[in-house]
Amino acid sequence: MKNKYDVIVVGAGPAGSITAKTAALGGLDVLLIEKRQEIGDPVRCAEGVSKEGLKKHIQPDPRWIAAEVKGSKILAPDGTEIKMSEEASSGKAGYTLERKVFDRALAQQAAMAGAEVMVKTRATGLLRNNGKITGINAMYMGETQEIKADIVIGADGVESKVGRWGGIDTSLKPQDIETGAQFLVSNIDPGEYSRFYMGEKYAPGGYLWVFPKGKNTANVGLGLLGSKSGNVRAITLLENFIKNYMPEAKILEMVVGGVPVSGPIKQTIADGLMLVGDAARQSDPLTGGGIINAMDAGKMAGEVCIRAKEKGDYSVKTLKEYEDKWRATIGKELSKSLAVKNMLLKLTDEQLNQLAHSLKGIDTSKMPLPLVLPILFKKNPKILWELRTLFV
Amino acid sequence: MTVNVNRYKCGYCGACVGVCPVGALELVETWIEVDNTCTSCGVCAKICPVGALVVVK
Repeated sequence: MKNKYDVIVVGAGPAGSITAKTAALGGLDVLLIEKRQEIGDPVRCAEGVSKEGLKKHIQPDPRWIAAEVKGSKILAPDGTEIKMSEEASSGKAGYTLERKVFDRALAQQAAMAGAEVMVKTRATGLLRNNGKITGINAMYMGETQEIKADIVIGADGVESKVGRWGGIDTSLKPQDIETGAQFLVSNIDPGEYSRFYMGEKYAPGGYLWVFPKGKNTANVGLGLLGSKSGNVRAITLLENFIKNYMPEAKILEMVVGGVPVSGPIKQTIADGLMLVGDAARQSDPLTGGGIINAMDAGKMAGEVCIRAKEKGDYSVKTLKEYEDKWRATIGKELSKSLAVKNMLLKLTDEQLNQLAHSLKGIDTSKMPLPLVLPILFKKNPKILWELRTLFV
Repeated sequence: MTVNVNRYKCGYCGACVGVCPVGALELVETWIEVDNTCTSCGVCAKICPVGALVVVK
Protein backbone atom coordinates (compact mmCIF):
# COMPACT_ATOMS: atom_id res chain seq x y z
CA MET A 1 0.00 0.00 0.00
CA LYS A 2 1.13 3.49 -0.84
CA ASN A 3 0.87 6.57 1.36
CA LYS A 4 -0.98 8.50 -1.27
CA TYR A 5 -3.19 7.66 -4.25
CA ASP A 6 -4.83 9.70 -6.95
CA VAL A 7 -8.14 8.03 -6.21
CA ILE A 8 -9.52 5.91 -3.36
CA VAL A 9 -12.73 4.06 -4.20
CA VAL A 10 -14.77 2.97 -1.18
CA GLY A 11 -16.80 -0.12 -2.02
CA ALA A 12 -16.13 -2.87 -4.57
CA GLY A 13 -19.58 -3.34 -6.09
CA PRO A 14 -20.24 -2.68 -9.79
CA ALA A 15 -20.07 1.13 -9.38
CA GLY A 16 -16.81 1.09 -7.45
CA SER A 17 -15.04 -1.51 -9.55
CA ILE A 18 -15.88 0.22 -12.84
CA THR A 19 -14.75 3.58 -11.44
CA ALA A 20 -11.50 2.02 -10.26
CA LYS A 21 -10.92 0.20 -13.54
CA THR A 22 -11.62 3.30 -15.65
CA ALA A 23 -9.34 5.53 -13.59
CA ALA A 24 -6.58 2.90 -13.48
CA LEU A 25 -6.71 2.42 -17.25
CA GLY A 26 -6.19 6.18 -17.52
CA GLY A 27 -2.89 5.76 -15.68
CA LEU A 28 -4.03 6.91 -12.26
CA ASP A 29 -2.92 5.42 -8.93
CA VAL A 30 -6.09 3.83 -7.62
CA LEU A 31 -6.95 2.03 -4.39
CA LEU A 32 -10.21 0.06 -4.27
CA ILE A 33 -11.31 -0.93 -0.76
CA GLU A 34 -14.06 -3.33 0.29
CA LYS A 35 -15.17 -3.62 3.90
CA ARG A 36 -16.21 -7.23 3.56
CA GLN A 37 -13.88 -10.18 3.50
CA GLU A 38 -15.42 -11.37 0.25
CA ILE A 39 -16.26 -9.16 -2.70
CA GLY A 40 -19.81 -9.83 -3.88
CA ASP A 41 -21.02 -11.55 -0.74
CA PRO A 42 -23.53 -11.39 0.87
CA VAL A 43 -25.71 -10.60 -2.15
CA ARG A 44 -28.41 -7.95 -1.77
CA CYS A 45 -29.85 -8.07 -5.24
CA ALA A 46 -32.40 -9.81 -7.48
CA GLU A 47 -29.61 -10.12 -10.06
CA GLY A 48 -31.65 -9.29 -13.17
CA VAL A 49 -29.88 -7.22 -15.81
CA SER A 50 -30.40 -6.24 -19.47
CA LYS A 51 -27.97 -7.74 -21.96
CA GLU A 52 -27.57 -4.52 -23.81
CA GLY A 53 -26.64 -2.49 -20.73
CA LEU A 54 -24.21 -5.10 -19.52
CA LYS A 55 -22.35 -5.49 -22.80
CA LYS A 56 -21.33 -1.82 -22.74
CA HIS A 57 -19.03 -2.71 -19.85
CA ILE A 58 -18.06 -6.36 -19.93
CA GLN A 59 -18.24 -9.36 -22.24
CA PRO A 60 -20.85 -11.81 -20.91
CA ASP A 61 -19.13 -14.79 -19.31
CA PRO A 62 -20.87 -18.09 -18.46
CA ARG A 63 -19.03 -18.11 -15.13
CA TRP A 64 -21.32 -15.38 -13.81
CA ILE A 65 -24.44 -15.78 -15.92
CA ALA A 66 -26.85 -17.98 -13.99
CA ALA A 67 -29.61 -17.89 -16.60
CA GLU A 68 -30.69 -16.20 -19.77
CA VAL A 69 -34.31 -15.05 -19.93
CA LYS A 70 -36.55 -14.72 -22.97
CA GLY A 71 -38.19 -11.54 -21.79
CA SER A 72 -40.41 -10.17 -19.04
CA LYS A 73 -43.96 -10.88 -17.97
CA ILE A 74 -45.84 -8.38 -15.88
CA LEU A 75 -48.75 -9.89 -13.98
CA ALA A 76 -51.63 -7.63 -13.01
CA PRO A 77 -53.32 -8.30 -9.66
CA ASP A 78 -56.02 -10.40 -11.39
CA GLY A 79 -53.36 -12.47 -13.18
CA THR A 80 -53.59 -10.77 -16.59
CA GLU A 81 -50.23 -11.24 -18.24
CA ILE A 82 -48.32 -8.64 -20.27
CA LYS A 83 -45.33 -9.93 -22.17
CA MET A 84 -42.49 -7.50 -22.79
CA SER A 85 -38.90 -7.11 -23.87
CA GLU A 86 -38.55 -10.40 -25.70
CA GLU A 87 -35.27 -10.47 -27.46
CA ALA A 88 -35.74 -9.09 -30.91
CA SER A 89 -32.61 -8.12 -32.81
CA SER A 90 -32.02 -5.38 -30.26
CA GLY A 91 -30.90 -7.68 -27.44
CA LYS A 92 -33.32 -6.20 -24.95
CA ALA A 93 -33.84 -9.40 -22.99
CA GLY A 94 -31.66 -10.14 -20.07
CA TYR A 95 -29.64 -12.32 -17.81
CA THR A 96 -29.92 -13.36 -14.23
CA LEU A 97 -26.43 -12.91 -12.83
CA GLU A 98 -24.49 -14.74 -10.16
CA ARG A 99 -23.47 -11.58 -8.33
CA LYS A 100 -20.96 -13.33 -6.08
CA VAL A 101 -18.94 -14.26 -9.16
CA PHE A 102 -19.82 -11.18 -11.22
CA ASP A 103 -18.71 -8.63 -8.62
CA ARG A 104 -15.45 -10.43 -8.13
CA ALA A 105 -14.86 -10.53 -11.90
CA LEU A 106 -15.37 -6.74 -12.06
CA ALA A 107 -13.01 -6.15 -9.15
CA GLN A 108 -10.49 -8.41 -10.85
CA GLN A 109 -10.75 -6.30 -14.00
CA ALA A 110 -10.00 -3.22 -11.90
CA ALA A 111 -7.04 -5.03 -10.38
CA MET A 112 -5.73 -6.12 -13.78
CA ALA A 113 -6.08 -2.53 -14.99
CA GLY A 114 -3.65 -1.53 -12.26
CA ALA A 115 -5.80 -0.68 -9.25
CA GLU A 116 -4.76 -1.93 -5.83
CA VAL A 117 -7.49 -3.81 -3.99
CA MET A 118 -7.90 -4.24 -0.24
CA VAL A 119 -10.63 -6.38 1.31
CA LYS A 120 -11.81 -6.39 4.94
CA THR A 121 -10.91 -2.71 4.86
CA ARG A 122 -13.55 -0.24 5.99
CA ALA A 123 -13.52 3.53 5.60
CA THR A 124 -14.23 5.08 8.99
CA GLY A 125 -14.01 8.76 8.07
CA LEU A 126 -12.54 11.37 5.74
CA LEU A 127 -9.20 13.10 6.18
CA ARG A 128 -9.27 16.86 5.77
CA ASN A 129 -6.71 19.59 5.53
CA ASN A 130 -8.09 23.13 5.81
CA GLY A 131 -11.51 21.72 5.03
CA LYS A 132 -10.27 20.03 1.88
CA ILE A 133 -10.76 16.25 1.62
CA THR A 134 -7.33 14.61 1.49
CA GLY A 135 -8.12 10.92 1.93
CA ILE A 136 -9.71 8.50 4.33
CA ASN A 137 -9.29 6.80 7.64
CA ALA A 138 -9.49 3.09 7.04
CA MET A 139 -9.66 0.11 9.36
CA TYR A 140 -8.02 -3.16 8.41
CA MET A 141 -7.91 -6.06 10.87
CA GLY A 142 -8.77 -3.77 13.75
CA GLU A 143 -6.06 -1.20 13.02
CA THR A 144 -6.93 2.27 11.72
CA GLN A 145 -4.63 4.02 9.31
CA GLU A 146 -4.65 7.17 7.22
CA ILE A 147 -4.60 6.79 3.45
CA LYS A 148 -4.25 9.93 1.38
CA ALA A 149 -5.82 10.65 -2.00
CA ASP A 150 -6.81 13.59 -4.19
CA ILE A 151 -10.26 12.12 -4.85
CA VAL A 152 -12.44 9.86 -2.71
CA ILE A 153 -15.20 7.93 -4.46
CA GLY A 154 -18.17 6.87 -2.36
CA ALA A 155 -19.37 3.62 -3.92
CA ASP A 156 -20.50 2.36 -0.54
CA GLY A 157 -24.00 1.33 -1.39
CA VAL A 158 -27.38 1.89 0.23
CA GLU A 159 -25.68 2.31 3.63
CA SER A 160 -23.30 4.96 2.25
CA LYS A 161 -21.43 7.00 4.83
CA VAL A 162 -18.91 8.69 2.53
CA GLY A 163 -21.47 11.18 1.22
CA ARG A 164 -22.65 12.10 4.71
CA TRP A 165 -19.07 12.60 5.90
CA GLY A 166 -18.56 14.88 2.91
CA GLY A 167 -21.57 17.00 3.82
CA ILE A 168 -24.00 15.45 1.31
CA ASP A 169 -27.33 14.41 2.77
CA THR A 170 -28.01 10.96 1.32
CA SER A 171 -30.48 9.83 3.98
CA LEU A 172 -33.54 8.16 2.49
CA LYS A 173 -37.06 8.74 3.74
CA PRO A 174 -39.28 5.66 4.18
CA GLN A 175 -41.05 6.45 0.88
CA ASP A 176 -37.64 6.62 -0.84
CA ILE A 177 -36.60 3.03 -0.18
CA GLU A 178 -37.93 -0.38 -1.13
CA THR A 179 -37.36 -2.83 1.69
CA GLY A 180 -36.86 -6.25 0.22
CA ALA A 181 -36.53 -9.94 0.93
CA GLN A 182 -35.69 -12.76 -1.43
CA PHE A 183 -35.23 -16.50 -1.37
CA LEU A 184 -33.19 -18.48 -3.82
CA VAL A 185 -35.57 -21.40 -4.25
CA SER A 186 -35.23 -24.77 -5.91
CA ASN A 187 -37.57 -27.64 -6.82
CA ILE A 188 -39.71 -25.25 -8.89
CA ASP A 189 -40.21 -24.54 -12.58
CA PRO A 190 -38.56 -21.15 -13.07
CA GLY A 191 -40.08 -20.60 -16.53
CA GLU A 192 -38.28 -18.73 -19.29
CA TYR A 193 -39.34 -15.19 -18.41
CA SER A 194 -38.59 -12.80 -15.59
CA ARG A 195 -41.95 -12.36 -13.88
CA PHE A 196 -43.16 -9.27 -12.05
CA TYR A 197 -46.29 -9.56 -9.87
CA MET A 198 -48.14 -6.34 -9.14
CA GLY A 199 -50.71 -5.84 -6.43
CA GLU A 200 -51.42 -5.01 -2.81
CA LYS A 201 -51.52 -8.67 -1.74
CA TYR A 202 -48.01 -9.35 -3.02
CA ALA A 203 -46.06 -6.20 -2.28
CA PRO A 204 -47.71 -2.88 -1.33
CA GLY A 205 -45.94 -0.04 -3.13
CA GLY A 206 -43.60 -2.41 -4.91
CA TYR A 207 -43.71 -5.72 -6.70
CA LEU A 208 -42.85 -9.37 -6.32
CA TRP A 209 -40.42 -10.98 -8.73
CA VAL A 210 -39.54 -14.44 -9.94
CA PHE A 211 -36.25 -14.40 -11.85
CA PRO A 212 -35.11 -17.72 -13.37
CA LYS A 213 -31.71 -18.68 -12.04
CA GLY A 214 -31.00 -21.90 -13.87
CA LYS A 215 -32.49 -25.37 -13.84
CA ASN A 216 -35.25 -25.70 -11.21
CA THR A 217 -34.13 -22.54 -9.41
CA ALA A 218 -35.22 -18.92 -9.24
CA ASN A 219 -34.77 -15.76 -7.21
CA VAL A 220 -38.19 -15.16 -5.66
CA GLY A 221 -38.39 -11.89 -3.82
CA LEU A 222 -40.32 -8.73 -3.23
CA GLY A 223 -39.83 -5.09 -2.45
CA LEU A 224 -42.23 -3.25 -0.20
CA LEU A 225 -42.22 0.54 -0.09
CA GLY A 226 -40.62 1.64 3.18
CA SER A 227 -43.57 3.87 4.08
CA LYS A 228 -45.85 0.81 3.92
CA SER A 229 -43.54 -1.33 6.03
CA GLY A 230 -43.81 -1.66 9.80
CA ASN A 231 -46.95 -3.56 10.64
CA VAL A 232 -46.11 -5.86 7.79
CA ARG A 233 -42.57 -6.96 6.90
CA ALA A 234 -41.03 -7.87 3.56
CA ILE A 235 -39.88 -11.22 4.93
CA THR A 236 -43.38 -12.12 6.20
CA LEU A 237 -45.02 -11.26 2.88
CA LEU A 238 -42.46 -13.39 1.09
CA GLU A 239 -42.89 -16.36 3.44
CA ASN A 240 -46.65 -16.15 2.89
CA PHE A 241 -46.26 -16.04 -0.88
CA ILE A 242 -44.06 -19.12 -0.88
CA LYS A 243 -46.47 -20.97 1.41
CA ASN A 244 -49.54 -20.09 -0.69
CA TYR A 245 -48.22 -20.11 -4.25
CA MET A 246 -45.03 -22.18 -4.26
CA PRO A 247 -45.48 -24.78 -1.51
CA GLU A 248 -43.08 -27.14 -3.28
CA ALA A 249 -40.24 -24.59 -3.20
CA LYS A 250 -37.14 -25.43 -1.21
CA ILE A 251 -35.23 -22.43 0.09
CA LEU A 252 -31.47 -22.46 -0.52
CA GLU A 253 -30.60 -18.89 0.41
CA MET A 254 -32.09 -15.81 2.08
CA VAL A 255 -31.33 -12.31 0.84
CA VAL A 256 -32.49 -9.03 2.39
CA GLY A 257 -31.83 -5.46 1.39
CA GLY A 258 -32.93 -1.91 0.78
CA VAL A 259 -33.13 -0.34 -2.68
CA PRO A 260 -33.06 3.46 -3.07
CA VAL A 261 -36.07 4.64 -5.11
CA SER A 262 -35.77 8.36 -4.39
CA GLY A 263 -34.94 9.46 -7.91
CA PRO A 264 -32.04 11.89 -8.43
CA ILE A 265 -30.77 13.46 -5.21
CA LYS A 266 -29.68 17.10 -5.11
CA GLN A 267 -25.96 16.65 -4.84
CA THR A 268 -23.51 13.83 -5.55
CA ILE A 269 -20.18 15.68 -5.55
CA ALA A 270 -18.14 17.82 -3.20
CA ASP A 271 -14.56 19.07 -3.41
CA GLY A 272 -12.47 15.89 -3.84
CA LEU A 273 -15.50 13.62 -3.60
CA MET A 274 -17.91 11.84 -5.94
CA LEU A 275 -20.71 9.38 -5.18
CA VAL A 276 -21.60 6.56 -7.58
CA GLY A 277 -24.21 3.80 -7.76
CA ASP A 278 -26.57 3.12 -4.86
CA ALA A 279 -24.55 5.56 -2.72
CA ALA A 280 -25.64 8.27 -5.19
CA ARG A 281 -29.19 6.83 -5.17
CA GLN A 282 -28.90 6.02 -8.89
CA SER A 283 -31.05 2.87 -8.83
CA ASP A 284 -34.25 3.04 -10.86
CA PRO A 285 -37.28 4.10 -8.77
CA LEU A 286 -39.66 2.00 -10.87
CA THR A 287 -37.79 -1.27 -11.40
CA GLY A 288 -35.28 -1.07 -8.56
CA GLY A 289 -32.60 -2.02 -11.08
CA GLY A 290 -29.25 -0.47 -10.24
CA ILE A 291 -26.40 -2.49 -11.73
CA ILE A 292 -26.23 -0.90 -15.19
CA ASN A 293 -26.75 2.63 -13.88
CA ALA A 294 -24.02 2.01 -11.32
CA MET A 295 -21.62 0.83 -14.01
CA ASP A 296 -22.50 3.72 -16.32
CA ALA A 297 -21.97 6.21 -13.49
CA GLY A 298 -18.71 4.49 -12.52
CA LYS A 299 -17.40 4.91 -16.04
CA MET A 300 -18.32 8.61 -16.04
CA ALA A 301 -16.77 9.19 -12.62
CA GLY A 302 -13.60 7.32 -13.58
CA GLU A 303 -13.21 9.46 -16.68
CA VAL A 304 -13.69 12.64 -14.69
CA CYS A 305 -10.98 11.45 -12.25
CA ILE A 306 -8.60 11.29 -15.22
CA ARG A 307 -9.57 14.78 -16.32
CA ALA A 308 -9.16 16.15 -12.80
CA LYS A 309 -5.68 14.66 -12.57
CA GLU A 310 -4.73 16.24 -15.92
CA LYS A 311 -5.92 19.61 -14.71
CA GLY A 312 -4.57 19.16 -11.21
CA ASP A 313 -7.90 20.42 -9.92
CA TYR A 314 -10.09 18.19 -7.76
CA SER A 315 -12.66 20.75 -6.75
CA VAL A 316 -16.34 20.71 -7.70
CA LYS A 317 -15.38 22.94 -10.61
CA THR A 318 -13.85 19.93 -12.35
CA LEU A 319 -15.97 17.19 -10.77
CA LYS A 320 -19.13 18.96 -11.90
CA GLU A 321 -18.61 17.35 -15.29
CA TYR A 322 -19.54 14.03 -13.66
CA GLU A 323 -22.61 15.48 -11.99
CA ASP A 324 -23.81 17.13 -15.22
CA LYS A 325 -23.18 14.04 -17.30
CA TRP A 326 -25.00 11.54 -15.09
CA ARG A 327 -27.95 13.86 -14.59
CA ALA A 328 -28.35 14.35 -18.35
CA THR A 329 -28.42 10.58 -18.92
CA ILE A 330 -29.15 8.35 -15.91
CA GLY A 331 -30.83 11.20 -14.03
CA LYS A 332 -33.30 11.88 -16.79
CA GLU A 333 -34.40 8.25 -16.80
CA LEU A 334 -34.61 8.20 -13.00
CA SER A 335 -36.94 11.22 -13.03
CA LYS A 336 -39.21 9.58 -15.59
CA SER A 337 -39.31 6.34 -13.63
CA LEU A 338 -40.02 8.27 -10.44
CA ALA A 339 -43.03 9.97 -12.04
CA VAL A 340 -44.37 6.61 -13.19
CA LYS A 341 -43.72 5.04 -9.78
CA ASN A 342 -45.52 7.87 -7.99
CA MET A 343 -48.46 7.44 -10.36
CA LEU A 344 -48.61 3.67 -9.85
CA LEU A 345 -48.62 4.18 -6.09
CA LYS A 346 -51.96 5.97 -6.39
CA LEU A 347 -53.63 3.24 -8.41
CA THR A 348 -55.87 0.60 -6.92
CA ASP A 349 -55.50 -3.05 -7.88
CA GLU A 350 -58.67 -2.65 -9.95
CA GLN A 351 -57.10 0.21 -11.94
CA LEU A 352 -53.93 -1.83 -12.48
CA ASN A 353 -56.13 -4.59 -13.88
CA GLN A 354 -57.80 -2.08 -16.20
CA LEU A 355 -54.40 -0.95 -17.48
CA ALA A 356 -53.44 -4.55 -18.20
CA HIS A 357 -56.76 -5.24 -19.95
CA SER A 358 -56.31 -2.17 -22.16
CA LEU A 359 -53.31 -3.85 -23.81
CA LYS A 360 -55.41 -6.79 -25.05
CA GLY A 361 -54.84 -7.30 -28.76
CA ILE A 362 -51.59 -5.29 -28.77
CA ASP A 363 -48.38 -7.22 -29.19
CA THR A 364 -46.00 -5.72 -26.65
CA SER A 365 -43.78 -8.78 -26.52
CA LYS A 366 -40.88 -7.18 -28.38
CA MET A 367 -41.17 -3.80 -26.69
CA PRO A 368 -39.17 -2.62 -23.71
CA LEU A 369 -41.04 -0.86 -20.89
CA PRO A 370 -40.31 2.69 -22.16
CA LEU A 371 -42.22 1.84 -25.36
CA VAL A 372 -45.15 0.22 -23.57
CA LEU A 373 -45.75 3.14 -21.22
CA PRO A 374 -46.82 5.64 -23.94
CA ILE A 375 -49.28 3.06 -25.30
CA LEU A 376 -50.72 2.60 -21.83
CA PHE A 377 -51.06 6.35 -21.53
CA LYS A 378 -52.88 6.69 -24.85
CA LYS A 379 -55.30 3.92 -23.91
CA ASN A 380 -55.90 5.16 -20.37
CA PRO A 381 -55.55 8.96 -20.36
CA LYS A 382 -57.90 9.38 -17.41
CA ILE A 383 -56.15 6.97 -15.07
CA LEU A 384 -52.69 8.16 -16.11
CA TRP A 385 -53.44 11.87 -16.59
CA GLU A 386 -50.58 12.99 -14.36
CA LEU A 387 -48.09 11.40 -16.72
CA ARG A 388 -49.21 13.34 -19.77
CA THR A 389 -46.14 15.55 -19.84
CA LEU A 390 -43.94 12.48 -20.17
CA PHE A 391 -45.63 11.05 -23.21
CA VAL A 392 -47.02 13.84 -25.37
CA MET B 1 -31.98 6.94 23.31
CA THR B 2 -31.05 4.09 21.07
CA VAL B 3 -32.27 1.10 19.11
CA ASN B 4 -31.64 -2.52 19.94
CA VAL B 5 -30.62 -4.75 17.08
CA ASN B 6 -31.52 -8.41 17.35
CA ARG B 7 -28.39 -9.95 15.91
CA TYR B 8 -30.08 -13.32 15.60
CA LYS B 9 -32.62 -11.81 13.18
CA CYS B 10 -30.58 -9.12 11.40
CA GLY B 11 -29.61 -9.91 7.80
CA TYR B 12 -26.97 -7.11 7.85
CA CYS B 13 -28.33 -5.52 4.67
CA GLY B 14 -27.74 -1.90 5.71
CA ALA B 15 -31.19 -0.60 4.75
CA CYS B 16 -31.55 0.90 8.27
CA VAL B 17 -28.26 2.78 7.82
CA GLY B 18 -29.55 4.32 4.58
CA VAL B 19 -32.70 5.74 6.21
CA CYS B 20 -31.21 6.98 9.48
CA PRO B 21 -31.74 10.76 9.37
CA VAL B 22 -28.84 11.51 11.72
CA GLY B 23 -26.27 8.93 10.58
CA ALA B 24 -26.29 7.11 13.90
CA LEU B 25 -26.06 3.65 12.38
CA GLU B 26 -23.28 1.82 10.64
CA LEU B 27 -23.05 -1.59 9.02
CA VAL B 28 -19.76 -3.21 9.97
CA GLU B 29 -19.35 -6.48 8.04
CA THR B 30 -22.11 -8.55 9.67
CA TRP B 31 -23.50 -6.33 12.40
CA ILE B 32 -25.08 -2.92 12.96
CA GLU B 33 -23.47 -0.40 15.31
CA VAL B 34 -25.50 2.40 16.90
CA ASP B 35 -23.79 5.55 18.16
CA ASN B 36 -24.99 8.06 20.75
CA THR B 37 -26.54 10.44 18.21
CA CYS B 38 -29.57 8.13 17.85
CA THR B 39 -32.80 10.03 18.51
CA SER B 40 -35.02 6.92 18.75
CA CYS B 41 -37.06 8.23 15.80
CA GLY B 42 -37.84 4.66 14.73
CA VAL B 43 -37.47 5.02 10.95
CA CYS B 44 -34.94 2.17 10.91
CA ALA B 45 -37.25 -0.12 12.85
CA LYS B 46 -40.10 0.68 10.47
CA ILE B 47 -38.29 -0.20 7.28
CA CYS B 48 -36.23 -3.21 8.44
CA PRO B 49 -37.18 -6.06 6.09
CA VAL B 50 -37.01 -8.62 8.89
CA GLY B 51 -38.02 -6.54 11.93
CA ALA B 52 -34.69 -6.86 13.70
CA LEU B 53 -34.67 -3.39 15.29
CA VAL B 54 -36.54 -2.26 18.39
CA VAL B 55 -36.57 1.37 19.52
CA VAL B 56 -35.54 2.09 23.10
CA LYS B 57 -36.93 5.40 24.38
